[in-house]
Amino acid sequence: MTTNTNFLLAVEDLTVSFDGFKAIDGLNFYMDYKELRVVIGPNGAGKTTLLDLICGKTKASAGSIKFKGQELTALPEHRIVWAGVGRKFQTPSIYESLTVRENLEVSYPEGRGVWGALAFKRDRRVLEKIDEVAESTFVKDMLDKEAGLLSHGQKQWLEIGMLLMQDPELLMLDEPVAGMSVKEREQTAELLNTITEGRSVIVIEHDMNFVKRIARKVTVLHQGQILAEGDMDSVQSDKRVIDVYLGH
Amino acid sequence: MMNKLPDFIGGRSGLLGLLVFAALLLLVFPAAMNVDQLSLAGRFLAFGFVAAGLVLCWGYGGILSLGQGVFFGLGGYAMAMYMKLEASDGLPDFMRWNRITELPWFWEPFHSLTFTVFAILLLPAALAYLIGIAMFKRRVSGVYFAIITQAIAVITTILIIGQQGFTGGANGITDLRTLKGWDIHTDSAQVTLYYATAVLLIGVILVGKWLLSTKYGRILVAMRDREDRVRFSGYDVANFKVFIFCVAGVFSGIGGAMFTLQEGFMSASFVGIVPSIEFVIFAAVGGRLSLLGAVYGALIVGFAKVMFAEAYPQLWLFLIGSVFIVVVLFMPYGLAGLQENLTRRLRAYLRRTEEHPSSTPSPPRGTTSVGASNRPSQGEPDADGSLSTQEVRS
Repeated sequence: MTTNTNFLLAVEDLTVSFDGFKAIDGLNFYMDYKELRVVIGPNGAGKTTLLDLICGKTKASAGSIKFKGQELTALPEHRIVWAGVGRKFQTPSIYESLTVRENLEVSYPEGRGVWGALAFKRDRRVLEKIDEVAESTFVKDMLDKEAGLLSHGQKQWLEIGMLLMQDPELLMLDEPVAGMSVKEREQTAELLNTITEGRSVIVIEHDMNFVKRIARKVTVLHQGQILAEGDMDSVQSDKRVIDVYLGH
Repeated sequence: MMNKLPDFIGGRSGLLGLLVFAALLLLVFPAAMNVDQLSLAGRFLAFGFVAAGLVLCWGYGGILSLGQGVFFGLGGYAMAMYMKLEASDGLPDFMRWNRITELPWFWEPFHSLTFTVFAILLLPAALAYLIGIAMFKRRVSGVYFAIITQAIAVITTILIIGQQGFTGGANGITDLRTLKGWDIHTDSAQVTLYYATAVLLIGVILVGKWLLSTKYGRILVAMRDREDRVRFSGYDVANFKVFIFCVAGVFSGIGGAMFTLQEGFMSASFVGIVPSIEFVIFAAVGGRLSLLGAVYGALIVGFAKVMFAEAYPQLWLFLIGSVFIVVVLFMPYGLAGLQENLTRRLRAYLRRTEEHPSSTPSPPRGTTSVGASNRPSQGEPDADGSLSTQEVRS
């Protein structure tokens, strides 16, 4: 299959098998520049595995993942980040014994080598970026607080903020509103709408109300393959999707 | 003046801790101890280098090495080889006893003190680098890494003892007398070496504090907390681990060299599993998040060993083993954590009594602050066991 370089992300014939079980099975998946895509599907459909494959956490058995024309499957994890891919994990992954400011600082995309990190200066540019990101992710008042003391929802926001520090062109969020209150969900929906300006975002989510609020295009995964793809309405009325996921 | 302090000192309390430490080492010990005791303290300070390295690599980086004795030995043997060559006429005595007639090639460069100094610093770094690359690039971590470092300590010991003709075997390299013609066994030399060790150790601790104050230091803590998050934030985690393991190795090597200078010999008994675990115990007892605490740990455990082991030599290992278990179970941040905890409670108590002066009379401020800084540290577990940011900065 030829690769269309007009896509930001082109996943083609991607397969990964764990001891013979194909978690992702010949998947083709394309993302445009500045697109927000929601991926839904039943448990075990391969949603998280797909993100794992893109960010390099899991190595593909076959197939290709091209990001801006660059093959990602051969790159180590940190190089994939350098290429412009950011990944938020399902359970909030933050550094609990660092302050919120330090969490964001560690994510600043400079001083990424040992010597660079030793020479890194926390200058105005860095501090301004930290303030800006903290503001948009609702953690500005907590910059000097130890991150372990944040609420669950705030930890989720902080991790999104850590990714925004890197200005990734593709941001992948694995269940960003899991464990959040109704109000926090609303705030997160707003946040997602602002951060999609200027970048592409993949969101995995189970909460259909939340999906409806943010989704423009939805991909439904089932047993490692794409079951349906399209706008929210067409997916919701798709009989196969109703059968395997949404229920009657 | 306070405003001009570099960040890595850790503000007023960090400075106070350092000053108390420096005063204890450079003023109190020399004044209160006779030469024998002082040179004993100097040897424990040499162990303190290893413990300080472990604070960086284990306490902050989460990399537990049970083989630091190997690096201690590398530095120690390098120093011993130089001094042995100086002490012998051509061929060291133990080589002659083993019917070796020619100086082995790898002994030759140790005629030079400059080379020896570089070897003390670079050999541990090079070995740590090799081990680090081999392990961390393959993502070996946690107990697996600890076990492998322990195995390396065993292998090194066996190698040293087996290659008697090149290494002096189980006896080690003995009868070291002079450094560039300067007799190291006189009282004044022992005192000078003590001061040199203390000053170097303070320097090494400042380097460690600076390291922890950089972005590197925060990444180190971040790796310990969430390795994957660091990796997926664009860092090659293995390189960061290799580096701190090398730093810990170099610290140990310097300690080994200073030990040899003071002890006058070096042997495989400072390389194997037992000394390696003792180093970890020093850091654990003193506080694995406190560079100064680890040195206090080395001094306290060291002197306790001398006192206790003289009376009940068979019981010492049981005692130190139980101390280790107690510390791990009940004082995860060691004496430094305990001190930090007590200081905080005392402050809270003072604040309360100041607000209500009619209740208990508060002790005078000056004395309490001095008393509280006897064990200066940065490590500070909160009530729920999580670490405060202050300690992470130190």
